Amino acid sequence: MVRSLKLQINGTPYNVNVEPERSLLSILRDELGLTGSKYGCGEGQCGACSVLVDGRPVRACITPVTVTEGKQITTVEGLEKDGRLHPLQEAFIVIGAMQCGYCIPGMIISAVGLLRKNPNPTEPEIRRFMEGNLCRCGTYPRIVAAIRQAAQAQRGSGP
Amino acid sequence: MKAFEYASPTTKEQAVSLLGNQWGETEILAGGTDLLSLMKEYLSTPKRVVNVKEIKEFQGIRYSPGAGLRLGALVTLEELMDHAAVKKEYPALAQAAEGVRSQQIRNSGTVGGDLCQRPRCWYFRNGFGYFPKGEGGEDLVINGENQYHAILGNSGPAYFVNPSSLAPALIALNAKIRLFGAQGWREVEAEQFFVTPKSEGEREYVLKPREILGEILVPPAKGIKSATYEVRQKEALDWPLAAASVALKINGTGVKEARLVLGHVAPVPWRCQEAETVLAGKSGEESIAEAAQVALKGAKPLSKNGYKVQLARVALKRAILQAAQGGA
Repeated sequence: MVRSLKLQINGTPYNVNVEPERSLLSILRDELGLTGSKYGCGEGQCGACSVLVDGRPVRACITPVTVTEGKQITTVEGLEKDGRLHPLQEAFIVIGAMQCGYCIPGMIISAVGLLRKNPNPTEPEIRRFMEGNLCRCGTYPRIVAAIRQAAQAQRGSGP
Repeated sequence: MKAFEYASPTTKEQAVSLLGNQWGETEILAGGTDLLSLMKEYLSTPKRVVNVKEIKEFQGIRYSPGAGLRLGALVTLEELMDHAAVKKEYPALAQAAEGVRSQQIRNSGTVGGDLCQRPRCWYFRNGFGYFPKGEGGEDLVINGENQYHAILGNSGPAYFVNPSSLAPALIALNAKIRLFGAQGWREVEAEQFFVTPKSEGEREYVLKPREILGEILVPPAKGIKSATYEVRQKEALDWPLAAASVALKINGTGVKEARLVLGHVAPVPWRCQEAETVLAGKSGEESIAEAAQVALKGAKPLSKNGYKVQLARVALKRAILQAAQGGA
């Protein structure tokens, strides 16, 4: 049975008519054209689909869209503020943290979750926290370096 | 995924009235980290999904030194792991929650869902059920890939291991699980919540099809030191190969009383009562080694999982040492 839902995505309200079995990821990508969040494994293992729900990273591929009504959803498209990239996005570009790039939106979303909880993480803390995101190209060392750089930049520019 | 009817009740009474009489007819949705995977694989094809996340009564953590800890079933694993009183008073529980891997899963996954998640046995997850059989009727686990299966409580026909991360800690801490149904609340000891199914129509817990796991009560931990230790193949994702949660009442330098529970070694969380008596009234590392020997005395490994016997011993010894040395 199709339901009418009101979603808040990146600060913008959307009305969608959806079947309850649809995942948040499929609505983002296939209905709303927000293709930044990626479909990886589809079963909550790889982290490519990570989005923020009320500020916390979750896996959009195993999140039914119906339970996200009334919550603040943030995708990688929503991190840019006033035409400026998020410090994590800047750092990923400067360090060259991506090879194929498919995992990167999920990586950045998870890293936003990390820096929210811990603004000054050590390298082991970064590795531990980011374990829910897989990179098949194996650019992990640069991803860790980018997160460290972004953490430093964020602390430098105030809270 | 098969289409389903979706309901999102706001009271526990409404929720129960929406549940079916048979397992599988309806499913309870909380975090969804297990249910959605099962539904995507058509291992679960409910006619109706009942979202319980809007039931306020099942949310929240309450702690007081006198009454102990009350966990709503909807508390997320991340909330549990970060809770100051849980970390200080019940380290075994906080450590077990942290063992559930990836922050994304901990942010969605709930305490009730961890306890009710279905077996991770790869035959089960590929549609062969609890008791996988080949075309000639042969037992696929006994003759096949049993490296992650049970080493205790495995006289058959079930060989899967209970996947819950929190269960061993809750049993060690002597928790009670409260279930809500049409007749109201009923309470079971955490240890009695889990059962080994004897037929495919059963589940791995005493919860009935028209009941909801609502809350968990953990008694005050005054004078109790607790810890969880997991042995893992890798740090990221995945479930532990063997785990142990222990709660010790320490008297001076000796152990006055112990509750020792192994995880991922049997179809249910495995309480080691004989080993508990070995540890009680003693101090020193020899008694810890002896307790670990006694705990695994009855282990009957399958063709490919003999290594788990030693891993379980190690998990138990390290959990005891960690508890004895830890704060609280």
